[in-house]
Amino acid sequence: MRRRIVWATVAGSLITFFLMFVRFFLPRSILEPSSKFRIGTPNDYALGVDTKWQQQYRIWVTRTSDRLFVIYARCTHLGCTPDWKASENKFKCPCHGSGYDSEGINFEGPAPRPMDRAKVTLNAEGQIEVDIGTLYEWPKGEKSEFDDDGAFIRV
Amino acid sequence: MDNEPKETKQLTGGDEDNRSMLERVKQTGGALKERAKEEAKEYKDPQDTQLWKSIFRVSHDRSDPRNRSLAILSNVFLHLHPAKINRDAVRYPFTWGMGGITFYLFIVLTFTGVLLMFYYHPTKLDAFRDILYLEHDVPFGKLLRNMHRWAAHLMVITTWLHMFRVVLTGSYKKPREFNWCVGVVLLVLTLLLSFTGYLLPDDQLGFWAVTVGTNMARATPMLGHEGPFGPQLGLTAYNDVRFGLLGGSIVDSNALLRSYIWHCIGIPLVASIFMAVHFWRIRKDGGISGPAPVMLESEMKAVVKKK
Repeated sequence: MRRRIVWATVAGSLITFFLMFVRFFLPRSILEPSSKFRIGTPNDYALGVDTKWQQQYRIWVTRTSDRLFVIYARCTHLGCTPDWKASENKFKCPCHGSGYDSEGINFEGPAPRPMDRAKVTLNAEGQIEVDIGTLYEWPKGEKSEFDDDGAFIRV
Repeated sequence: MDNEPKETKQLTGGDEDNRSMLERVKQTGGALKERAKEEAKEYKDPQDTQLWKSIFRVSHDRSDPRNRSLAILSNVFLHLHPAKINRDAVRYPFTWGMGGITFYLFIVLTFTGVLLMFYYHPTKLDAFRDILYLEHDVPFGKLLRNMHRWAAHLMVITTWLHMFRVVLTGSYKKPREFNWCVGVVLLVLTLLLSFTGYLLPDDQLGFWAVTVGTNMARATPMLGHEGPFGPQLGLTAYNDVRFGLLGGSIVDSNALLRSYIWHCIGIPLVASIFMAVHFWRIRKDGGISGPAPVMLESEMKAVVKKK
């Protein structure tokens, strides 16, 4: 009996240490850039793809005839940042060659779905507010979230 | 004490005493010389000295096989090697020497890696600058970095070749199944060492390699937020295995520091323990698997009797 208690104590503390060890690797708060930011007014953007925020926020702003939306610049294959090839009117990922059209819809390479779109809203001052913490996806064979509220702004 | 009577003699004596002093010096000098010769004779064979015997317990007498075995067994470095081995099993065409080369490369990597650590800061601001500094300014820095880099590439290759050889010679079979599993763990640890070291220069190549690599971790079953059962278990990009590996949701300073610590301390430590088991196991499983098992006559008789 006493031996069992000793062993149970040793095993229990080892398990506790292991759980502490695992939990230790998942910090509570992290110092990463904010996922919410402003990118000016819809009038700042002409038709087509605007790459001016790629370096700072990792997004592209695309304006079509009736919509403005924000593409999160992360390849849906394995997370690299594709390049905007203006002459070919497409996004091309340098890692494994996925290609997307100007609206971020995949048409070549290993990418499994179009690039995700970030949440966009207009605030009271008419400024575009972007939140890359909320993404809208279009998984293959499933319903597109690109027409949901927040996935685009009507212009 | 001696000086006082000498002084008085000198005062009274003169020449005679001077001569005797010269003789005395000659005499003691001669005695010293004799003693030195005798002592030198003792030192002629260093293996006979107490100092030697206190370090090497067994005399190195090549004529006695038992003595030769003991000399190996009683030495901490040599005892890593078996005292006796199957002659046919250590032919290079049979083993390729790949396991040994892999271990040798591990030692090279440890040595050069520790030296590189003297100049490398695992921070976003310094990391790449330190690489350039090592390459272009630190004496022998370029040589060290290249040795580390090439040895790392080679170690991955030789580990695979070692594994391939073990498959070809059937050395994974009973009674070596367990050691095969230890070897598989060592292979994974080698690949992890290679992967964590990839990020450390903090260049574009390493950054995107780790981005791609850790994005795969998103799809880990039960542990990644995009993997099977991940969402059902409440995993998000902020609490899954990728988050734990990177120390954040993006490849940033935390990820650099974490891969540095895993690369320099965590994985080498674990790998060393597994290596110790791996080498020990080879001996316990009967040495390197030979082309044909050696059986003693007495053992054969025992088998025949059983039948």
